[in-house]
Amino acid sequence: MVVPIAYYLVLSAILFSIGVAAFLIKRNIITVFMSIELMLNAVNLTFVAFAHQWHQVSGQIFVFFVMVVAAAEAAVGLAIIIAIFRARNTLNVDQVNLMKL
Amino acid sequence: MSPLLIYVLLSIAKVAVVTVVLLMCVAYTVLLERKVVGRIQNRFGPSRVGPFGLLQPLADGLKLFLKEDIMPTSVYRPLYILAPVIALACALLSIAVVPFGANIQYRGIDLFQISDLNIGLLVILGVTSVGVYGIALSGWASNNKYSLLGSLRSSAQMVSYELALGLSLVGVVIRAGSLRLRDIVDVQATHGILSWNVFGGFQIVAFFIYLIAAYAETNRAPFDLVEAESELTGGYHTEYSSMKFAMFFMAEYANMITVGCVATLLFFGGWSSPFGNLLPAPNNIVIQALLPIFWFVIKVFFFVFLYIWVRGTTPRFRYDQLMGFGWKFLVPLAIANIIVAALIYAPR
Amino acid sequence: MAFDMYLVIFLIFGALCIAGALNLLLQRHPINSALSLIVVMTSLAVLYLLLGAEFLAAAQVIVYSGAIMVLFTFVIMLLNAGEEERTRGSRAAYLVGFPGVAALLGLLTYIFLSVRMPLGNAQLGGGTLVTTSDLSRVLFRDLLLPFEVTSILILVAILGAVALARKEES
Repeated sequence: MVVPIAYYLVLSAILFSIGVAAFLIKRNIITVFMSIELMLNAVNLTFVAFAHQWHQVSGQIFVFFVMVVAAAEAAVGLAIIIAIFRARNTLNVDQVNLMKL
Repeated sequence: MSPLLIYVLLSIAKVAVVTVVLLMCVAYTVLLERKVVGRIQNRFGPSRVGPFGLLQPLADGLKLFLKEDIMPTSVYRPLYILAPVIALACALLSIAVVPFGANIQYRGIDLFQISDLNIGLLVILGVTSVGVYGIALSGWASNNKYSLLGSLRSSAQMVSYELALGLSLVGVVIRAGSLRLRDIVDVQATHGILSWNVFGGFQIVAFFIYLIAAYAETNRAPFDLVEAESELTGGYHTEYSSMKFAMFFMAEYANMITVGCVATLLFFGGWSSPFGNLLPAPNNIVIQALLPIFWFVIKVFFFVFLYIWVRGTTPRFRYDQLMGFGWKFLVPLAIANIIVAALIYAPR
Repeated sequence: MAFDMYLVIFLIFGALCIAGALNLLLQRHPINSALSLIVVMTSLAVLYLLLGAEFLAAAQVIVYSGAIMVLFTFVIMLLNAGEEERTRGSRAAYLVGFPGVAALLGLLTYIFLSVRMPLGNAQLGGGTLVTTSDLSRVLFRDLLLPFEVTSILILVAILGAVALARKEES
């Protein structure tokens, strides 16, 4: 009836690595942004697993805060993406390499 | 048979019964809508198939089932097929946490609820919020500008109104101190109509916010901009036919029933009698078990009827009016309602 | 039950997580990537339930799958993003990035598996369930200030998003 906590941690390490790889490989700015969300989710799983192990509620509170920050980040990030698309007419990160609009 | 096996079999039987009853309700809600809207518009509605047109849902189902399933050439196939499945699955899923009657156990099985969760209310909110994808993806995958416009409208509308909807429920949760639907009903069950949230709980404002936001969430008139036939031909389901269209149709009506159930549970005392303890408790055990269901069904029927009534009488909102109303009126009002509810219940 | 239901559920949803994440990596169309990410997030919600975090599981579905990813799909549909063209990324990413990721993954996996015994096991029942009231007691008593600060953060984010997405008046 049990699963070692270590399995959860390994799962989150795998998810995090896939997130980093996607961040490096993907060329569409929206997908790059999504891989950041994937990394955040992987870290959240670690928090919940450790909260379960130590019987500490504060681990789950961290996840709660991460969710709030991720929501705020998504709102601002997507607004930035829309602004970039208006200015450049592309979503490819390679063509968005100037700070100047 | 081992107790475990009996438990599993009974649970499966319960799920099957609830699903079949829900689908029958969906079919007859369609008939009810056609009849009532017909009467509102001074005509009779379906009356040919069976007595009073009572077999019309069967005929409709048969027709939709036997129609050719057209797959347009330029659609994005995987999502085009997936979208109605998501819509219907999410619409049917939330009934799993709805309690229909008092907690009566038989061999460890709760007879009138599929699963009693501590976070039942959040599950309903979560399932409805995932339901957006059915409509959003159908519009995108159809590769049709009307569908795309419809689904863009629906995503924006549902995300906006979800906020007001969620905030309007906070007062109810503060009063019950629990997210479990049975607890929320138990709080309202003491003095009949006087202790229902909508009256005795001082949540009448929250109730109207919930009702308006839920109409927008389910894309029903007067907020049915998603399929506004006068501007978007059919909105998100323009390209759908046969069973896939029927799935969207069923999802819409199942959502109506779910909203009716949730409004009943949260604001109208669920299965509790409006007369409280004024009526003597019946002696017969069967009547004792079935009376709560009777009250529940009456209340849900009232909400479904209200849906149809509103559809028959109100004109459609304009899109900017819809958004302005949601963000500038409903959300601030819902926040004010939370503050008032917190002030009322803080002294306890 | 002789049959280990808990482990089976963990394996199913863990596999779904990894499959979804890999699909995000391999798909070329952003909408497919977004859908795979939704699968990952919803499976993670199930894993949270297995770890006894019921409120977080619901919040994960409502906030991540139901709000954040809806925004993503909305933006993808709004900008009508097509398939991405695979151009060559920066060389630093290939030279340092991938070996770094592989090394990190190997290291973490090795460490986690080597301290597997002291970390103990996850199980349901026996007071491991964290109810919503437990969570809110900590959140609104001990961590009230951070909670209020996040509300300011959200306010700033709303203003930023509105300012960014507003059309220039010309």
